[in-house]
Amino acid sequence: MNQLADLFLTFAKVGVMTFGGGYAMLPILQREVVENKHWATEEELVDYFAIGQCTPGVIAVNTATFVGQKLRGTVGGIIATLGVVFPSLVIISLLAGVISAFSHLEWVQHAFGGIRICVCILICNAVVKLYKKAVVDKLTLAVFLLVTLGSYFLPVSPVIFVVVTALIGIAAKNWGVKK
Amino acid sequence: MLYLRLFYEFFKTGLFAIGGGMATIPFLYDMADATGWFTYNDLANMIAVSESTPGPVGVNMATYVGYITGRSVAGVPTAILGAVVATLGLVAPSIIVILIIAAFLKSFRDNRYVDSAFYGLRPASTGLIAAAGISVAVSNLLFTDTLAQGFSLAFFNWKGWLLAAVLWVLTNKVKKTKGLHPIIFILASAVVGVVFSM
Repeated sequence: MNQLADLFLTFAKVGVMTFGGGYAMLPILQREVVENKHWATEEELVDYFAIGQCTPGVIAVNTATFVGQKLRGTVGGIIATLGVVFPSLVIISLLAGVISAFSHLEWVQHAFGGIRICVCILICNAVVKLYKKAVVDKLTLAVFLLVTLGSYFLPVSPVIFVVVTALIGIAAKNWGVKK
Repeated sequence: MLYLRLFYEFFKTGLFAIGGGMATIPFLYDMADATGWFTYNDLANMIAVSESTPGPVGVNMATYVGYITGRSVAGVPTAILGAVVATLGLVAPSIIVILIIAAFLKSFRDNRYVDSAFYGLRPASTGLIAAAGISVAVSNLLFTDTLAQGFSLAFFNWKGWLLAAVLWVLTNKVKKTKGLHPIIFILASAVVGVVFSM
């Protein structure tokens, strides 16, 4: 099979099998990319994943771009990325149509009333998990609290917080601001 | 023009949302405020659907928002175009940034400026998600529509608090259930919502 088609299909398969993204995806990538296709070594995959986490964008997409780029350059990177997002496009488009066709029904509204409570708890759990890794001293605690309050109460774009805190991180670590 | 705006908004989200799926949520709240394309409640529903379907959460969110926004133009064909445009907008910065980084892979990971930027970024990203979580919680646990129904009703959604407490215990404290996939809790909450008219 043409390798570009193979890249697209393999990453589409990874997209279908990824539920929730992030770390849930690592074992699936290991099986498909390392064991089945031998497109990257275990170590390379972990490197891609680590960089994918600390660069902008969705981790799954970043990893797909890396693997595709390694195999077939820029075109490969783009094809692998399109593969990983393709199942989402199809599935969500179908579902969005179905959900809005039924959304006027009272019981569907009640169901979503319950679901939104669940979403609160899922977000809360995600925050607790991230907090443990991110807040390591007084400065990071201050950043966390100020950004939480600032973002909730002020009409400021998240972009501003991201840029300013990155600069604070660089200043604190490199020019010896006291913690 | 709508599609350009959609691409631009998601390009911005893709460029600045760092650390995976949940990190896109604060940007979507900001988008709801700035564009009026969807409400906070729509957004919470979209989060639930994106968590419960295959595919990375961030990508699912982009597709969903693009679909809903595009549909307002002329039905299903423009909805699909909207979904494609939003998703491409979200992944475009990833492709650009990763292709650049791939060129000098090792030096990027070991760069102390990159490392120290993340020291400040990680708690900020966590704080942004926390603020988005507070917005979802306030609109669903405090006032919902009790205010509209008059003063005889409580100021907070007590059924919601009860369900939230049970879910918190099940996802954090009970050994047997805390490792379960979120989709289980989402489906169970839907059933509870229907049975208790939430």
